[in-house]
Amino acid sequence: MKKNKSHFKKLFPKLFLINLMAFSLTACPAPKESAADTTAEHFAKQLPEIQGEEQAVLTHAPQVPPAITRKHATKVTVKMDVIEQEGELSEGVRYTFWTFGGKVPGQFIRVREGDLVEFHLRNHPNNKMPHNIDLHAVTGPGGGASASFTAPGQETVFSFRALNPGLYVYHCATAPVGIHIANGMYGLILVEPKAGLPPVDQELYIMQGEFYTQGAYGKPGLQPFSMEKALAEKPDYVVFNGAVGALTGDKALTAKVGERLRLYVGNGGPNLISSFHAIGEIFDNVRHEGGTLVNHNVQTTLIPAGGASVAEFKVETSGSLVLVDHSIFRAFNKGALGMIKVSGEENKAVFSGQQEAKVYLPEGSARQTMPQEKAPTSTAAKTLEDRIARGSIIYKQNCAACHQPDGAGVKGAFPPLAKSDYLNNNLKQSIHAVANGLEGPIVVNGESYNSVMPKLQLSDQEVAYVLTYLLNSWENKGGEVTPEMVKQERE
Amino acid sequence: MRAVFLTLWLGVLMGASAAAAEQVRIPGGTYQPFYALKKKQPVAVASFALDVYPVSNQDFLRFVSQHSQWQRGQVKPIFADRQYLQHWPGPLQIAPQQAKQPVNHVSWFAAQAYCQAQGKKLPSQDQWEFAAQASETKADASQDAHFRQRILDWYARPTQLATVGSTYRNIYGVYDLHGLLWEWVHDFNTVMVTGESREDSSLDRSLFCAGGAVDGADPANYAAYMRYAFRSSLKGNYTLKTLGFRCAKEIKS
Repeated sequence: MKKNKSHFKKLFPKLFLINLMAFSLTACPAPKESAADTTAEHFAKQLPEIQGEEQAVLTHAPQVPPAITRKHATKVTVKMDVIEQEGELSEGVRYTFWTFGGKVPGQFIRVREGDLVEFHLRNHPNNKMPHNIDLHAVTGPGGGASASFTAPGQETVFSFRALNPGLYVYHCATAPVGIHIANGMYGLILVEPKAGLPPVDQELYIMQGEFYTQGAYGKPGLQPFSMEKALAEKPDYVVFNGAVGALTGDKALTAKVGERLRLYVGNGGPNLISSFHAIGEIFDNVRHEGGTLVNHNVQTTLIPAGGASVAEFKVETSGSLVLVDHSIFRAFNKGALGMIKVSGEENKAVFSGQQEAKVYLPEGSARQTMPQEKAPTSTAAKTLEDRIARGSIIYKQNCAACHQPDGAGVKGAFPPLAKSDYLNNNLKQSIHAVANGLEGPIVVNGESYNSVMPKLQLSDQEVAYVLTYLLNSWENKGGEVTPEMVKQERE
Repeated sequence: MRAVFLTLWLGVLMGASAAAAEQVRIPGGTYQPFYALKKKQPVAVASFALDVYPVSNQDFLRFVSQHSQWQRGQVKPIFADRQYLQHWPGPLQIAPQQAKQPVNHVSWFAAQAYCQAQGKKLPSQDQWEFAAQASETKADASQDAHFRQRILDWYARPTQLATVGSTYRNIYGVYDLHGLLWEWVHDFNTVMVTGESREDSSLDRSLFCAGGAVDGADPANYAAYMRYAFRSSLKGNYTLKTLGFRCAKEIKS
């Protein structure tokens, strides 16, 4: 069976040629017509019989059309509209997208191996450009490109047999091809194998592509396409599903613990290769390059421009999975980042969560000393107000990052200094803590803290200033700490 | 004296029509077409006259009133598809705001007939491209990055139809060659950008009368590339929302 198919693939161009000859001048010497007929008939016989017909269900990302349950080949009609329209590329950043079906990426098409696909490409009358479609799932010239070349306000139709199962990219191939793809003209078509795919709980459609804008990343307003950046292959945006944030925040994907997920991931390019990775997951199965070869236990799958991959995994525990192009600056600086929020119970057997957090002390000493480049020198402040003012500066420089500028602390991590019973009720222990550092469990305002405060390199004078500042701030009890008091507490 | 007065008076009567039919002389020269027949072979363009403005709906209404075979509903389908003048409220009626807008939804055949009725013809692709490479200040702005980008920006924006004369006036005094709508040219399909554009460089060039598979002389000139690709997608009876025309005339030396 397999052998036969590859045989036919080789014959296909020959068939096409013969067809061409048949239509050419009669004066031409006749080719071996009988042989041609035999080939065509032979070829036709091998194709599965077409039973019935149906209209393809097309979905916008991240949705995927339902799995195909029928066990026979049919005629599937696909009607796709090409729409040029302005949309949001990132918050406040507009771009004129050229789209298959009104969004980037284009609508997901799902057919079954052996199906006869009748493809209607409709170029909206408001569009300025002619367009066409090259489906990588097509065996035939241009993947359908020349047969679907369509002026604005026109519709073209062509048909093809989905001979090879797999996940394929489609894209516009009208000159200049680069700009049509760069403006968002790509999507995925799945040709399900005859036997179908193993059932999963959820299927999702994700497609990466990059955008070349005149303005740098984040520059607001309608951003025209930059030919210069496209030629240099230096995009400002690398995104999933057509926009920065298309798969984060409210639009994050969701899953439940225990679900099996299948991601259909494509890369429209136009230029970059994607190193697709899910932070916090390992792909159990990857249909490498969207083909038949299945690899297992994959961390990062490479998706070429104009290529695709199918990644499957079971969600074992709750939390957020972060989808990235692991060419990592693209993820965190250019937009190639998406989220799958997994709800359900934590599976402690799989992942414990943080069990302990403590300061790493290479020297083995009990407490950490924060190094400072040079010892501060200062003359003594004359009045209480001056001393509080000095203390305020020291606080901002040394303490505010953890205890917060308003002294409120961070619940569970850094104890509050505002209205602090720990400070007000036992001044000596507070002086001791600032002078020597502090480690271990304490209770402040009824909350337990078990952490480490490093010993800061502050002089007795400075410790006195900062504590005086604390005592006179945020509804604490007032008063003053002197350098002598600090000296007594020094270890 | 009397004759001059009469002409002036007639001109006033004709109103916008006279203005629309106004032509300017485009002094001839050579230019480097986007497609390279041979390596960087410039093409000579003789002096010709070109309409200052694209033909407006009002102009075209006058034409179809006088030539009933070009009215919507009368025109033969092989000369114009079903979208022909479909934006007009009636076959002999335009909305007030359409008067000064360029006519669109016209086929090549209808455009050519219009020009012929005035003793003119559609500009050739070379004539059109030659005139259209001029910016406000330069006869040849084809290498002007700013000028190119402006054209590209228009291509990238969805269509919003403005009135004739609303964009820019080039150095010859011709308005709206870019930025308003596409324009028919006489030989719109002689340069082949096929649907399968990626194979164009390997096409058997002798198959085509222009001998021109697009083999861009300047691949960075995406604006021109898109224009040629657009024209290649057309057939003579197509009528598009984004496509109008203007007329040209040979100048006898």
